[in-house]
Amino acid sequence: MNLIVKPSKENIKTFVPIGLSLVFLSFFDVFLNAFFNLNLMAFLPPQLSYFLPLILGLIGFYLIRIEFSGVRSLDILNKNINSNNFNALLTLFTIFIIIKSIPPMLDWFILEANFVGNSKDDCTGDGACWVFIKVWFNRFMYGLYPDAEQWRINTAFLILFAVVGVSFFVSEKLKKYFILFLVFVFPFLGIKLISGGSFGLEYVESAAWGGLSLTFIISAFAILFCFPIGVILALGRRSSLPAIRYISIGFIELWRGVPLITVLFMSAVMFPMFLPDGTFIDKLIRVLIAITLFEAAYMAEVVRGGLQALPKGQYEAAKSLGMGYWRMNALIILPQALKLVIPGIANTLLALVKDTPLIFVVGLMELAGMIGLAKTNPKWLGMAMEGYVFAGLVFWIICYAMSRYSQNLEKKLSTER
Amino acid sequence: MIFKKFNIENKKARDLIPQAITVLALLSVIIYFATNAQINMGNRGISFGFGFLNQEASFDITFSMIEYDGSHSYGRAFLVGLLNTILVSAIGIFFATITGVVVGISRLSDNYLIAKVAEWYVEIFRNIPLILQIFFWYFAALRALPLPENGISFYDISFLTIKGWYVPKFIWTNFNIFLLSVIAAFILIYFINSYATKQREQFGKQIPTTIISLTTLILIPFITFLFLGVSLTFEYPVLKQLSPTVFTYAGGVSIIPELIALALALSMYTATFIAENVRAGILGVGKGQKEAAASIGLNKNQILKLVVMPQALRIIIPPTTNQYLNLTKNSSLAAAIAYPDIVLVFAGTALMQTGRAIEIISITMLTYLTLSISISIFMNWYNKKMAIKEK
Repeated sequence: MNLIVKPSKENIKTFVPIGLSLVFLSFFDVFLNAFFNLNLMAFLPPQLSYFLPLILGLIGFYLIRIEFSGVRSLDILNKNINSNNFNALLTLFTIFIIIKSIPPMLDWFILEANFVGNSKDDCTGDGACWVFIKVWFNRFMYGLYPDAEQWRINTAFLILFAVVGVSFFVSEKLKKYFILFLVFVFPFLGIKLISGGSFGLEYVESAAWGGLSLTFIISAFAILFCFPIGVILALGRRSSLPAIRYISIGFIELWRGVPLITVLFMSAVMFPMFLPDGTFIDKLIRVLIAITLFEAAYMAEVVRGGLQALPKGQYEAAKSLGMGYWRMNALIILPQALKLVIPGIANTLLALVKDTPLIFVVGLMELAGMIGLAKTNPKWLGMAMEGYVFAGLVFWIICYAMSRYSQNLEKKLSTER
Repeated sequence: MIFKKFNIENKKARDLIPQAITVLALLSVIIYFATNAQINMGNRGISFGFGFLNQEASFDITFSMIEYDGSHSYGRAFLVGLLNTILVSAIGIFFATITGVVVGISRLSDNYLIAKVAEWYVEIFRNIPLILQIFFWYFAALRALPLPENGISFYDISFLTIKGWYVPKFIWTNFNIFLLSVIAAFILIYFINSYATKQREQFGKQIPTTIISLTTLILIPFITFLFLGVSLTFEYPVLKQLSPTVFTYAGGVSIIPELIALALALSMYTATFIAENVRAGILGVGKGQKEAAASIGLNKNQILKLVVMPQALRIIIPPTTNQYLNLTKNSSLAAAIAYPDIVLVFAGTALMQTGRAIEIISITMLTYLTLSISISIFMNWYNKKMAIKEK
C-alpha cells in the first residue's frame, strides 16, 4: 500500500477540502500577522512558526493539484497559479508579500496621514503629510505665476479641452478646420494669453511660469514642432541627394549621441555666445528649441523605420501615376508609414513628456522643480517623500493615459484584415 | 516649356540646386555663429583654446576612483568625472540587464500572479520620469536611513547608513599576478571553446564546455593564491566617534548615497525597457521552431540553449543596445543630485570657474558621442556575430 497517496480524481472529495483549508489557513495566518500583529502559531518554536504559512501553503497547493479534476474552477486555478511546486512557491511568495505590504502602505497613505490643517505643525501622525500638497497645490500647478492672473492659464487650457472635446462630435469636414485651428492658431493665441503684454493683460515673464502647466506648455509646443521636423529629417535621410542625406544623418546622429541635459546646458551657456552681442532670446524659447531639435532626431529615426517598412511597390505605383516627390510622400507614403510606427511615435512623445523635468538645469521649474523648491522651504523641511510620490503619481497618470491612448489609436487605425 | 526641358535634360542640375541651397544655408548659419562667437569672446577678452586643461583646477570632488585633489589639473578633473560616469553606467547596465531579463521572462510565466506583478512593475517604473525616480531614491528613500551610530549592519562587516554604504576594502598583495592569471584563464577558455566547437561540428561530439570553463576560471586564479604569493585581506569599516554626537566609519570603502540612488533608479528604469525587449524576443521565436527541436529529440534545456535563445538573442540585442546607450546618456542626470559625473564636474564646476563655455560643452558632448559610438560599434560587431549566416 502506498503511504503517500497522490492527489487524483478518485480522492478529490477528501483532498480538495483539506488542501483548500490549508491554503486558507496559511493566508489567514499571514493576514493576522500583518494586520493585527497576532501570531496564531506562537506556541511553536519561532523558526517553525515563521515558515509555517509557507509549508502549510505548499502542502495545501500540492493536495489540490489534480489534473483533469472535472471541476472547472479548480482546473483554472491549477493551470494559472499552481502548475507545479515551483509555481506554487512563487504564488505563495507573491501573495504573502502583497498581504504584508498592504498595512504599512495603508497606514502611510491614509490611516496615519494628515489631511487637515495648513502648516507643518498640523502633521502629527506617522504617515504622509498631505497638508503639504494641499498648501502648495497652487504653486505645483502654476509655478510662481501671480495668483490674480491664473485664470488666464485656466482659460487657455479650458479652450484647448473644449475645442478638442467638441471636435470629437462634429462632422469630418468641420473637424479639419478644428484641427487647423488647434495646430496653427491656438498655440500662439494661448501663449499670448498666458504671457500677456497686450490687450490690457499684464505681462508675466516666462521665469515666473512653472508647475504642471509649464510641463504641459513645453510638451505641447515641443510635440507640435518636433513632429514636422522629424518627418523632414527622416525624408532627408532617405533622400537620393547625397548632400541632403549626409547633413540629415549628421544632424540626427549628433543629437541622438548626446544626453538632453548637455543640450540644455548648451542652450543655456553656449548658445548666447553664438548670437550677436546684445541679442537676448528668452530662456523658455531656448529650452523649447533645444528639446524640439533633440526629440526631432528621435522622431526622425522612428519615421524612417516606417518609411523603410513600406514595400517598394508603393513608391513605384505613386510614381507611375505621375506624382512628384512631395505629392507622393504626402498622399501615399507618409500616411501609410506613419500609421505603421504609431507605437514608436507614442514612445517618443512619452519620452518627451518624461524629459520635461530636466529643464531644471536652466532654472525653469515645472512640477518636479517646484517640489524641489517647496521641500527646501524652511517651514516645510522633510516633505520630500510626499512631494515626489505626488509628482510621480501625476506623471504616471499622464504617461499611462498617453500609452493607453496610443494603443487604442493603433487598433483603430489598423487596416489589416 | 523651358522649365520642362530643363527638368528632363538636366537631371543632374536639377538635383544639384536643392543640395547647393542646403549646403549654402548650413554654411552661412555656421559662419554667422562662428563670427558672433569670435566677436563675443573678443569682447570678453578670452581666446579659444584648450590650454586651460593643464591649469590647476583648485576644486575638490567628493568621490573619485583615481587620486585627485584641488592641486590637480582640469584635465585630471575631467578624467575623474568620466570614470565616475563609466562606473555608474557599468553598475546600472549590470543590474538593469539582470532585472530586465528576470522581469521579461516573468511576464511570460504561466503563473498568472507572477506575470501580472511583472507587468505592473513595467507599467509603473516605465511611466514615471527617471529624474523623479532619482529624486525619490535620493531625497526620500535614502534619507530615511539611520545615522552612522545605529546603521543597519550586515554581519558587522558592512553598514548601511544615511551617509552611504560602507563595505570592506580589498587589500591585495601581488595583484598583478592575480590579474595575469585571470587573463590567462580567459585565453585558455577561448581556446577550449573553439576546440569544442570544432569537435562538435566535425565529429558531432559534445564537450561540456560550461563546466570546464568554470573550473578553469576558478582553478587557475586559485593556484596563484596557493603558490605564487597572492593574498587578499579585508579592511573592515569600524565605527569611530569624532565628537560626542558625530560618528563616522573609518576604513573600508564608502559607497556614497548619490551613487546608490543613481544606480538604483537607472537600473530599475532601464530594466523595464529591457524586459519588454526580452519578452518580444522570446515571443518572436516561432512555435514551430520549438516543436521541430522537440521532434528531433532535443530535451528542454537543449531546446532553450540551442534553438530558442540564439534566435531570441538576435531579436533582443539591437534594441537592448539602444537601452544601454540610453542608460549611459541618462547617467548625466547625476548632475541633479550632485553625483560628480562628467556633466557636474566638467560642464558644471569647471565651466563656472573658467567661463569657457564653447570648449567645455564641446568636449562634454564629444565625450558622450564617443561613448555612444563605441558602445554601438561593439554591439554591431556582436550583433553581426549572432546574425543569421545565410549560405
